[in-house]
Amino acid sequence: MLNTNGVPEKKLVLSKFPDRELLLKPKAITECYEDIPCNPCATSCPFDAIYIGEDINTQPVVDFEKCTGCGICVYNCPGLAIFTVQELDSTNARFKIPFELRPLPEKGETWSGVNRAGEIITEVLIEKVSLKATHDKTALVQVLVPVEYINYFITIRRQI
Amino acid sequence: MKQIDLVIIGGGPAGLSAAKMAAESGLSSLIIERDFKVGGQLVKQTHMFFGSEKQYAKTRGIDIAKILVNDVLKYPELIEIMTDTTVVGLYKDKVVTLLQNDKYIKVQTNAIIIATGASEKVLAFENNDLPGIYGAGAVQTLMNVHGVLPGQNVVMVGSGNIGLIVSYQLIQAGVNVLCVLEAASEIGGYKVHASKLKRLGVDIKTSHSIKKAIGKEYLEKIVIGKLDDKWEFIEGTDEELVVDSLCISVGLSPLSNLLSMIETEMKYVSYLGGLVPLIDKNHETSIENVFVAGDVCGVEEASSAIVEGYLTGLVVAKKLGFVHPNYDELYLDFKDQLQNLRSGPFGEKLRLGLEEIMR
Repeated sequence: MLNTNGVPEKKLVLSKFPDRELLLKPKAITECYEDIPCNPCATSCPFDAIYIGEDINTQPVVDFEKCTGCGICVYNCPGLAIFTVQELDSTNARFKIPFELRPLPEKGETWSGVNRAGEIITEVLIEKVSLKATHDKTALVQVLVPVEYINYFITIRRQI
Repeated sequence: MKQIDLVIIGGGPAGLSAAKMAAESGLSSLIIERDFKVGGQLVKQTHMFFGSEKQYAKTRGIDIAKILVNDVLKYPELIEIMTDTTVVGLYKDKVVTLLQNDKYIKVQTNAIIIATGASEKVLAFENNDLPGIYGAGAVQTLMNVHGVLPGQNVVMVGSGNIGLIVSYQLIQAGVNVLCVLEAASEIGGYKVHASKLKRLGVDIKTSHSIKKAIGKEYLEKIVIGKLDDKWEFIEGTDEELVVDSLCISVGLSPLSNLLSMIETEMKYVSYLGGLVPLIDKNHETSIENVFVAGDVCGVEEASSAIVEGYLTGLVVAKKLGFVHPNYDELYLDFKDQLQNLRSGPFGEKLRLGLEEIMR
């Protein structure tokens, strides 16, 4: 339960995902389930694809037609609550996730894929790590994840 | 005796913003800060802030501190800053007495803005004075200001935003966070912070609290237990955890003591964190020309403290005859920003509390 241990229920998670066919292109998923005063995702989107409006306590709504999955909102979200996902083919999905731990992963490494409860669920491949000045220390990590975990994968953990 | 138009007590987000807005209006001020540098608690907040762009959302607290300090430094003729200085006396005739490096200084002023912020609440349990038991704020200062780790294995008590954020920062610093304890049946802070921790493998134990600390010279172990709905420990639920640090984050209390020195009308409002002054819509207390801004009149986010600082600086300047060229526009904008920051479900208790202190 989100309110008791921080893990959003599957129903809640799915409510932020678009229809599967839209995920053939990368889209931003905003895992923001509370009315908190915050709007950088909306103001940072260069495509006007995230709507919050005048009352900044409103939860973001993504216009999946406009969203290009560029990932700018991912490192601009103060809650680290946004990632992008794309269903590449019948085997793999590609995620772009925010990452604030050091040392950073490196391209080509295999890391553990972790779910929302903090459990290791699979192995993932690090495809790209970007950290420009505009990212303000929140790296954007592109990860290849087995497609069956498309609704479960949330972050990476270094393998011991 | 030193003469100055406005004395601002506290160089945190509220005090700095107040000085900036007063200076923009043409009013000179003196900021008094007891720490060795200004910036308040922002100087240790390495996380990105919430809010909207006007309150520097998505900027990290440490960088917001730089922005606010730079704003103030743009007015060297109008804003004086005294660091390492403590206010030791406040008098109704607007005399403020200070202690700076053992030197006693008297200042005569026309108006005072008290922006002293808040302090961490303590928690009573057996052996709560063992070395290794810290306030969450102290841990943040140790790690993020001085670069010192508090320990290797930590338990956090309290799942408000500070508890959740500091836990995350402990992990960033390489510390093992065993769990977060929360006495209430639900997580107190923003769930995005909770989810961030959970996915890193940190358990948040709701309906749990610290029972006692164990250790000879320093903290070695803690005993935690499950609470019933009356917050009483349930027998047989004790669990022993080996830790070298315990972090207490059970809320903040307004640092309003100075206001009592001039017999300001005060009220205990639990929704605001404790004893707070009664204020009017412009943050003026029951003593004329004594204003408050930031957590001292109700604990909330730094974003609100910044806006309250701007608002108060603007209003005080006008009252002393220095009207900002965009006064009306700015006044409405600041009021609007505050309302927006507080209008969500997390602002509910705060809204009720603020109603109680309106004069």
